[in-house]
Amino acid sequence: MKRVFLPHNLEELWRIIAGEPKADIYAGGTDLLVKLRQNLINTPSLICLERIEELKGVHEQGDEVMIGACSTHTSLLENPIIQRNFPVLTKALNVLASPLIRNMGTIGGNICTASPAADTLPPLYVLKAEVEIRSRSASRQMALKEFILGPGITCLKAGEIVSGIWVKKVPGFNLHHFEKVGQRKALAIAIVSLATLFKISGEEMVEDVRLAWGSVAPTVVTSNEIEAMLVGHRLSRQVLKKAAPIARAIVKPIDDIRASADYRRQVAENLLIRLGSVQK
Amino acid sequence: MKINFVLNGKGRVLNAPSDRRVIDFLREDLGLTGTKESCGAGECGVCTILVDGESRLSCLMFAAQLEGRNVLTIEGLASEETLHPMQEAFVQFGAVQCGFCTPGMILSALDLLKRNPHPTRTEIREGLSGNLCRCTGYQKIVDAVEATACKKEKGPPL
Repeated sequence: MKRVFLPHNLEELWRIIAGEPKADIYAGGTDLLVKLRQNLINTPSLICLERIEELKGVHEQGDEVMIGACSTHTSLLENPIIQRNFPVLTKALNVLASPLIRNMGTIGGNICTASPAADTLPPLYVLKAEVEIRSRSASRQMALKEFILGPGITCLKAGEIVSGIWVKKVPGFNLHHFEKVGQRKALAIAIVSLATLFKISGEEMVEDVRLAWGSVAPTVVTSNEIEAMLVGHRLSRQVLKKAAPIARAIVKPIDDIRASADYRRQVAENLLIRLGSVQK
Repeated sequence: MKINFVLNGKGRVLNAPSDRRVIDFLREDLGLTGTKESCGAGECGVCTILVDGESRLSCLMFAAQLEGRNVLTIEGLASEETLHPMQEAFVQFGAVQCGFCTPGMILSALDLLKRNPHPTRTEIREGLSGNLCRCTGYQKIVDAVEATACKKEKGPPL
């Protein structure tokens, strides 16, 4: 039997971690309990973060927003601060798994699980999110893209948790877009996804753009080169088609049960080209 | 460990290993077999229960997590001899064939109507997208939920 601990605040959490240094820490449990059933978890005890109120909620602080790591996907979908400032994240949350999983799973869990197919990661990359990491004695903050090292691998050390996600508001970006291709609509694991922020001028010129592909490499893929190619142009099919071969070249997908690597390369290209028909 | 919680309206203090899955706790230990299990991995929705009014997958929760919570399973929905309006509608519209998905479907539909009292048919489909049904083709389930939402608009609250 594994002991399951339910700390109610951070102080209690640090105390439990000190006594159970080998424990696995989880939030919603939607990944952990599946792995447990596959006998992939061998720790003697588990610590659940779901009762720690300090790790929940969305807080506006000037031009930044702090998202508590233990906020469920549903709570973020329904949150007006997120809806108002980060439509790109709302769009991704809306197609993340199912309502049931969204009621349980958390944004911090999605980050720490670090699946290449995680739906919140491409939006958080284009938003240049930072993760706040805490332990009993210290607190540090780092860029999300530095934090995630590979599939299931992050910079988190023993005794640390992700406590929050800091995101700067992006008032200049007036067009937020997220598209995910999966095998079906509900509960689909992404085959390829693309999150995009655009700053489009009155003359429909691209003044600034950020792109991030999910599920096509060990971690999220971004491209300064493609972004530079789009700036100063209208979002025409012609311009996008010129940039598409670069998308094909920079993604490093794998063959798996959901799609072949070659199919993923093609879809990564197609999602870029399809930006030409995004509703402005 | 001792778990103190409300189950289908009644306060209970029960013993369970803290890592007992809630689905096993309900079905095996308490004999509440209305909640079903199929995939055991969060993909089918048949193990749905309401925890503090919100739909959750009982196959992905530990018994320890029930501490202090208000849990509703399908057994707690009807009052005495009267079916809940959602159950009534499922009967009336023939939204049940084999019945295996029905408990989860009904509880997910209640979570949906709580958040969105007047959903469109598309919104009903999205709201129930985590609950699989292999018999009905969903049409009659959507009919039943739609009818319940309409009834709710006219009649007393659910």
